Amino acid sequence: MTKDECKKAVLSIIADIAPDEDLTNLKADVRLRDQLQLDSMDFLDIVMELRKRHSIEVPEADYPQLASLDSCAEYLTPKFNATAAKG
Amino acid sequence: MKSTRIVITGVGLTAPNGNSLPEFRRNLLNGVPGVGLIDVRYMGRLPAGVCTFDPLKYQKKKELRVGTRAGSISIYCAREALADSGADFSARPTDRVGIYIGCTEHGNVETENEIYAISKFGYDTKFWSHYHNPRTVANNPAGEVSLHLGITGPAYTIGAACAAGNLGLIHAAQMLRLGEVDFALCGGISESIHTFGIFAGFKSQGALATHADPKKASRPFDRARNGIVVSEGGCLYTLERLEDARARGAKIYGEIAGYCVNSDASDYVLPNPTRQAECIRRAVAHAGLQPKDIHIINTHATATPLGDIQECEAIRAVFGEGCPDTWINNTKGYIGHCMGAAGALELAGNLPSFEDRVVHPTINVDDLDPQCALPGLVLNHPKAVSRVDTILNNSFGMLGINSTLIVGRVVA
Repeated sequence: MTKDECKKAVLSIIADIAPDEDLTNLKADVRLRDQLQLDSMDFLDIVMELRKRHSIEVPEADYPQLASLDSCAEYLTPKFNATAAKG
Repeated sequence: MKSTRIVITGVGLTAPNGNSLPEFRRNLLNGVPGVGLIDVRYMGRLPAGVCTFDPLKYQKKKELRVGTRAGSISIYCAREALADSGADFSARPTDRVGIYIGCTEHGNVETENEIYAISKFGYDTKFWSHYHNPRTVANNPAGEVSLHLGITGPAYTIGAACAAGNLGLIHAAQMLRLGEVDFALCGGISESIHTFGIFAGFKSQGALATHADPKKASRPFDRARNGIVVSEGGCLYTLERLEDARARGAKIYGEIAGYCVNSDASDYVLPNPTRQAECIRRAVAHAGLQPKDIHIINTHATATPLGDIQECEAIRAVFGEGCPDTWINNTKGYIGHCMGAAGALELAGNLPSFEDRVVHPTINVDDLDPQCALPGLVLNHPKAVSRVDTILNNSFGMLGINSTLIVGRVVA
């Protein structure tokens, strides 16, 4: 998986947990919280959906890595690829 | 304290056969039921009353994703009631507004859904939703209304089984009389059809209705009745002190004239007509009335073989044969049993009788059970009557809770 594909996977989750938001002009390098109405429960949703949809675990200490789309891609792409490698 | 007069100034509702009071009333007068068939998890197709209001009329998609069906029904009804009341809500101190919502139960829907969801992940609880607790706390429906409207006064639910709709109104009237709040949103709601447990529980009790035609499944007082149709629904009212309502020129639907809540203390599920009769008598006395002064009795009868007979026994004991101006009806033939919403909804369906002096009928009675043949029973066709000044609304529930609420017409 490339970083762009990873961002698409994260965006797909965000579209479901923030269904009233327009995601078309989301800036990848800006904190998601500064662009969208997201609270701490919503971030737990992102963690839960990564677990349910992609079998990816994000330990609590790493939650700050989910701050922006860029940081998500940086942090999650290796995890996606590791999960894919496990088959 | 009882001298403080409390009046109804707004009604917001969703019933299986109507999403506003005018639509609901029209269908009650035209004999239009709202029961259909739904898929119930593990149980298949069953008759149930489903509400068709548009939740996006007032809520955002995210509110719907995070909240509960009970919360959504409550918000819809609260917004409709506020709009109907004409109260300028923006100018009102939000800490002087109370939200009192009756519910039969809460939390079963979410718990069942979560258990089902983790069953897809080998019952691993790390997949259990972090929304489970805020969704299942007993105050959830009232709390969601408080969050939605920014109301900072007391907001809580009143658990009172199927008497809960009446209890919401009674409790609000008490809080207004105590001076705890100046304005109340109150009534009852139910999301019951989204839990298989309530269907399965009634089935195990031998109390779940069956019929080839779902529209005929709920048939109180009919000889062939065989149980309850489970329904969802909601009805919230705005209540105010009479002087406050008059000061702002509010439309007044009626006055909380009297009430009683008591307990059977005799069985988990079986009703007790002696205690029911006591409840009705005490409510009539509380209103300063005699039985002959009651013009409409809306019965609780849920179409269980025994329960209907027992309520009729209680009514017969209080009203006897000497009440020629007392008319009796039932709403569950149209909408099934809306559980926590039942009392509030069934009262609403009768309130327009103060204006049009027509009593809506009990439908689906093809063969009246002689043990339910009360004098004054209005069957299958609406009845125009000479006078409607008082409506008595019975709602009873499991663990032996009984409630009777009397609403009176207010002369301008």
